[in-house]
Amino acid sequence: MKITITDRDGNKQILEGDSNSTLMEIIRDEGIDIEAACGGCCACATCHVYVDNKWLNKIDPKDDDEESMLDQAFDVRINSRLSCQINLSDELDGLELELAPE
Amino acid sequence: MIEKTDVVIIGAGPVGLFAIFELGLLNISCHVIDNLNKLGGQCAELYPEKPIYDIPSRVSISGQELIDDLLAQAKPFRPVYHLSQQVDKIEKLDSNEWLVKTSVNKTIQAKCIVIAAGAGSFVPRKIPFKDIKHLEEKNIIYAVRNKSILEEKDLLIVGGGDSALDWTNELSKIANVTLMHRRKEFKAAPDSVSKMHELEKDKKVNFLLGQIQNIEDLNNGKIKVFTKNNEETTNFEVDYLLPFFGLKMELGPIANWGLNLDRNLLKVDTEKFETSVPSIFAIGDINTYPGKLKLILSGFHEAALMAQECFKYCFPDKKNIFRYTTSSKELQKKLTST
Repeated sequence: MKITITDRDGNKQILEGDSNSTLMEIIRDEGIDIEAACGGCCACATCHVYVDNKWLNKIDPKDDDEESMLDQAFDVRINSRLSCQINLSDELDGLELELAPE
Repeated sequence: MIEKTDVVIIGAGPVGLFAIFELGLLNISCHVIDNLNKLGGQCAELYPEKPIYDIPSRVSISGQELIDDLLAQAKPFRPVYHLSQQVDKIEKLDSNEWLVKTSVNKTIQAKCIVIAAGAGSFVPRKIPFKDIKHLEEKNIIYAVRNKSILEEKDLLIVGGGDSALDWTNELSKIANVTLMHRRKEFKAAPDSVSKMHELEKDKKVNFLLGQIQNIEDLNNGKIKVFTKNNEETTNFEVDYLLPFFGLKMELGPIANWGLNLDRNLLKVDTEKFETSVPSIFAIGDINTYPGKLKLILSGFHEAALMAQECFKYCFPDKKNIFRYTTSSKELQKKLTST
């Protein structure tokens, strides 16, 4: 599965996804600059991304934990997500997203 | 005044706390320094309630329980803790010992330094705009140190956690406070939220929904903060902006100590966990070596091996006899004394 990510300078990059991983893990392991300080347990807000609107309803919705963690992020939008809380699946092949500012 | 000890441990997370125990078994005394105002590092600050499942023999343990137990385990060795301060500088003495200087001007002399700083020290998360650096500490305050400068001023506090709400309620007594948060729900303690709503009703606090979009220096001592709620934009002229977006971790001054780094991690050997500078050790998430796994249990192992090498620096003339806590009367006496 392919994931298209736009970094903070506007550069696009295509990553190979994997249905056993979270989105954050794929981004981090590719060496892209994402802090993910807490390691993926939804305890910081340093893996904040904007998911392309057309993919929003295909992803499991945010839970309360993620919503309140987003309080620590900047410029939170309707399509804001913490990438550690997005489990990849084959249905998300082609997913597009953008890194949020940090 | 210079305080003296055998080892200074930088970082009071789980690995730093276990290092007190391992060093203590070898009669090595410790001082521990941490930038947070509480012990426990990430475990206590980021996930005190979250269960950890991979601590040997603990089927499930919360971050805070783990810290409480590690503190109890370290207690017989009477460690000295120095909280709410960062190690700014280290200096080598002619005696080969170290002078460790902290951000509150405390100086500690030690034979070894053990860096157990995890992902670095916790610092307030800053607003990610490039051109506002000059406004920090002037108009933008991330940590309130001196309330009196805020008296009678116009303040915009941003955030929905305990810091934002506590400061809103507190500062509303002395200043004109507007609190802005991105949604109606708050993460802060329900008591402080209802207090804030009461103050709002009494017109002592102005609460509004929104997020910061931009900040402009008005060059008259004030700033203009542009905010947005959904598509609605507005702006405020205020004396001070107080953003409370939680904490983030930064390597900080450690990067300037001449230690070999690999992507912000300290390179160590896997026998002694010593850095490129003799008598400075690095254990836990802050170090790197081939095969490194960032697990608390790896840090515990690293602490035990590090202590063996520290012994040589602390007691160069003594022989280190390896003993088990199950069989050594001397160790048992030490561990059970109160």
